[in-house]
Amino acid sequence: MPGPAADVRAVAGADPWSPSPARVRERRRETGDTVTLALEPADPAQTRFAPGQFTMLSLSGVGEVPISVSGDPDEALLVQTIRAVGCVTSRLAALKPGEALGVRGPFGTGWPLESAAGRDLLLVAGGLGLAPLRPVLYHALARRERFGALALCYGTRSPDDRLFRGELEAWARRADLHLAVTVDHAGPDWEGEVGVVTRLLARTPCRPERTVALVCGPEIMMRFTARELEHLGVAPGRIHLSMERNMQCGIGLCGHCQWGPFLLCRDGPVFPWERIRAAFGVRGL
Amino acid sequence: METVEDLVLGHPFFRDIDPEAGRVVAGCARNTVFRSGELVFREGDSADWFYCIRSGRLALELHAPHGGPIRIDTRGPGEVAGWSWIVPPYRWYCDARAVEEVHALQFDGACLRRKMEDDASLGYLLYKRFVPVILRTLQGTRMQLLDVYARPGR
Ligand SMILES: Cc1cc2nc3c(=O)[nH]c(=O)nc-3n(C[C@H](O)[C@H](O)[C@H](O)COP(=O)(O)OP(=O)(O)OC[C@H]3O[C@@H](n4cnc5c(N)ncnc54)[C@H](O)[C@@H]3O)c2cc1C
Repeated sequence: MPGPAADVRAVAGADPWSPSPARVRERRRETGDTVTLALEPADPAQTRFAPGQFTMLSLSGVGEVPISVSGDPDEALLVQTIRAVGCVTSRLAALKPGEALGVRGPFGTGWPLESAAGRDLLLVAGGLGLAPLRPVLYHALARRERFGALALCYGTRSPDDRLFRGELEAWARRADLHLAVTVDHAGPDWEGEVGVVTRLLARTPCRPERTVALVCGPEIMMRFTARELEHLGVAPGRIHLSMERNMQCGIGLCGHCQWGPFLLCRDGPVFPWERIRAAFGVRGL
Repeated sequence: METVEDLVLGHPFFRDIDPEAGRVVAGCARNTVFRSGELVFREGDSADWFYCIRSGRLALELHAPHGGPIRIDTRGPGEVAGWSWIVPPYRWYCDARAVEEVHALQFDGACLRRKMEDDASLGYLLYKRFVPVILRTLQGTRMQLLDVYARPGR
C-alpha cells in the first residue's frame, strides 16, 4: 500500500545520525513560553522540507528533541517554533541570534498536499499544533488556485497564547481564506470566540465531500476533531492527523516512539485517521 | 421582504423542521437587534427568551467575586443562545452580552411553554432540538475543563 510518504519531497541528509551545525539567525517571542527561531544550517539542504516534517534539534551536553518545521517551504531558512516545557526545549528557546545548535533531518511524512490539490483544504490546529500547519498555509496561499475553499480553525488556551499573532491578523483580512480562532478562557477584553475548536468546524466554507482536513494539536483534541469531521461527512481517509508523541532517533531504528503497530517517527508523524483510528481506541496505548 | 416565519424556517437551528410546527414556533418570535456591548440578559433574572443568532456574536459571562467577568462561551451566526427558558425555575445562570452588533430572532419562552404544554408533540420536537445543543455545550465545557493546551506537567 503506498503510504502518505508519496507526497514527501525532502529526505534527511547524508548521515541521519549526526547533527549538522546550524546558527540562530533570528529569534521572535510568540507567547510567554514560546519562541520562533529562524535557523541557518551549514548544509542548505536541511532548509528543504515538506510541510508536516520535523527536525531533531540538539544542544551538546543538554539533549535532543523533535521540533516541527513551522516556516515557509519556499524560503531558505529553517524556521521552528519551540515551547519551553522542559530541560531541552527551555535551553533551545533561550538561544540568541548567532548561537549554535545541531540539526538532524528533516524527517517524517509530510501532509498530503499533492492529493489535496483541487479539493477544499481545512486546517484544524490546537495550541502549538498551529506550528506544523503554518507551512501548509504558506504553501496553499502561494498556490491559491490549486485549492478550492481554504480554512483554518485554530483553538488555543487564551488570547495571550495565540501563536503568530501578526500573521493571524493579516490572514483574517484575506478574502480567500476562512480564518476562525477560538480560545478556552478569556476576559472581557477578548471580542473573539470562546469555546472548543470543534464548534468552528460546521461553519467553514469547506464542503465535507470535497474536503481534505489536516489536524494537529493535543491528542484528545485531535480525537474529538476527527470524530466531528467524520460526523460532518468528511471521509476518514481524507482526515490527516500529526501524531507528535515523543521520539528519539527520528529514523525508525530505536523503537522509542512505537505506538501499536507504528513507529511514529518513521511511519508518521502524519497519518490518515482511517489508518490510526483503531489505535486511538486502545486505552493506555 | 422576508417574514419572521421565513427567517425561523431558514435558521440552521430549525433546519428541516416540519413547516406547520415552524409556523407555530414563529408565532412566538420576533426580530431583534443588540448594539455592541449591550447586555442581552443578566444572571438571576427571569429567563423569558431564547435567541437564534442571525449575525454577530454574543458572549456568555460569569462574574467571579474578585476580578471582572470571565467569558465562558460565545454564540455566533446559526447558533442558539439561552435554554434556561425551558428548565424550571426559568432563570438565567449567566450574563449574555453582545460583543458586536447582533441580529437575532427572539423567542418568547412563556408563549412557547404554553404551546408545548398544549401540544406535547411540539414540546418533544423542541426538546429534540435543544438537547443536542445542551449536550454539545456540556461536552465542550468538559474539554475546556481539561485544559488540553496547558503546558505539560503544569
Ligand atoms: C514530531 C514531533 C513534533 C514536535 N513539534 C514540536 C514543535 O514544533 N514545537 C515544540 O515546542 N514541541 C514540539 N514537539 C514536542 C517536543 O519534542 C517536546 O516538548 C520535547 O521533546 C520536550 O523535551 P524537554 O527536554 O524540553 O522536556 P521533558 O523534560 O522531556 O518534558 C517536559 C514535559 O513535557 C512533556 N512532553 C515531552 N514531550 C512531549 C510530547 N511530544 N507531547 C506532549 N508532551 C510532551 C513531558 O511529559 C513532561 O511533562 C514535537 C514532538 C514531536 C514528536
